[in-house]
Amino acid sequence: MLSDPITRRALFEVLILALALGPLGVWVLLHRQAYAAESMSHGLLPGLVLAALAGVPLVLGAAGGALLAAGAIALAARDERIRADLGVAVAVSALFGLGALLALAPEAPPRLEELLFGDLLGISGADLLAAAGLALAVCAALAAAHRPLALTAFDRGAAHALGARALHWETVLLVLLGVGTVAAAPGLGSLLLVALVIAPAAAALRVTRRLAPALALAAAIAAGAGFGGLALSYYADLAAGASVAMCAVAAPILTRLAT
Amino acid sequence: MSAPLVRTEELSGGYRPGTDALTGVTFAAEAGEVVAILGPNGGGKSTLFRALLGELPQRRGTVELAGRPAYVPQTERARLDFPVSALDVALMGAYGRTPWYRRLARADRAAARAALARVGLEAEAGERFGALSGGQRQRVLIARALVQDAPVLLLDEPLSGVDAPSAARIEALFEELRGEGRALLVATHDVRQARSWQRVLCLHGRQIAYGDPAAVLTPDVLQATYGAELVVLGDGSTAIAVEHHEH
Repeated sequence: MLSDPITRRALFEVLILALALGPLGVWVLLHRQAYAAESMSHGLLPGLVLAALAGVPLVLGAAGGALLAAGAIALAARDERIRADLGVAVAVSALFGLGALLALAPEAPPRLEELLFGDLLGISGADLLAAAGLALAVCAALAAAHRPLALTAFDRGAAHALGARALHWETVLLVLLGVGTVAAAPGLGSLLLVALVIAPAAAALRVTRRLAPALALAAAIAAGAGFGGLALSYYADLAAGASVAMCAVAAPILTRLAT
Repeated sequence: MSAPLVRTEELSGGYRPGTDALTGVTFAAEAGEVVAILGPNGGGKSTLFRALLGELPQRRGTVELAGRPAYVPQTERARLDFPVSALDVALMGAYGRTPWYRRLARADRAAARAALARVGLEAEAGERFGALSGGQRQRVLIARALVQDAPVLLLDEPLSGVDAPSAARIEALFEELRGEGRALLVATHDVRQARSWQRVLCLHGRQIAYGDPAAVLTPDVLQATYGAELVVLGDGSTAIAVEHHEH
């Protein structure tokens, strides 16, 4: 499998993403932002479609889509006339529908499947470089923000007295979630990338009761899911992104059965 | 007379412009004083703490503090499923003075262990925070405040719902902290306990009274503070505030 250059490149991509998305997922779960992660990844579809239509790199479309999604989610969540989760659900469904509408237009190239589920085996060198840069930036930022993120997740009411403004660090986490989502979108697609954020983190938090090991373990589980998924795809001739997502989701199921 | 560690003058404020949750609070607490903050739920105890912590969105009047205060929230506000040990939580008290690029100092780790020992939880340092009893968790949060080494401590109902050994340990610790010259502001519903401390501040959306317990804790003041939530027993020397926990 590793002698195949296409699979090797896909493996690099998924291992780099695992390094960032695993720990990012732990913070997302500890801050109870799993729904935001799901919303962000689904809501960026219009950006991906527009990038595909314009022929620009998907990572740029993902960035624009993530900004649009974050703006719509923030606006919907702040409307006091409706419940925040309802507002976010409506905003994300509308964005996802808009993306599908654009992708299914007669003049659009037939790439909807790739945008929804990614194209791990068709990843370009530029995509790989962009993903690596963004993933490393997320890792560095998470390491730098470790203490304030812990304070605000553990004891929001006392965080300010201990030196961390809750709203400030919650926004930082959402920005990092956006960056991680953008990094993963070309390879794993709008629908599947959230599996690599949430599932390894859920498994890691079930196995260990300490924060630092949970962060490391989530990265390791995400990397294992990436390797296992690509092996499954290579030997069983299955879609690569979906195989990675299935392996990632298997981790919390197995840990739940085992513990 | 020494300079007060906390002083407010006509402190008012709230969470939205034009709507005050608390008005007209004027008091001063000196070194070695424990101040009981009495009042019903929604009476302004938490608002006062947020104003002193600099977190209240709308604040008027004067606040003077000898240094950044330490805050001990009610234990149920902290996440029980968060993957941290008692020692990890105590160490959080050192986060504010440690730059993000530095590891926590060895002295801070020693301070966190010493703080846990002071609250009687040295043996539980490695235990998961969420696995401790309510009283033990409260003591861990107090240990975290001790690591902050603040001259002023704000404690939000630290004795409410804790087991008897924890309550005894916490009350003994209050005496030690007084002896060290710190000022403690303790939000409580326990009028009888408030009588044993040095000062009492009664709030009900505004300041009802402030001063020595003997002068302040009269049936009239308690009635104005608690209204229908108060039951006064016998000759008025014992009063019970009916607790309603906010959720």
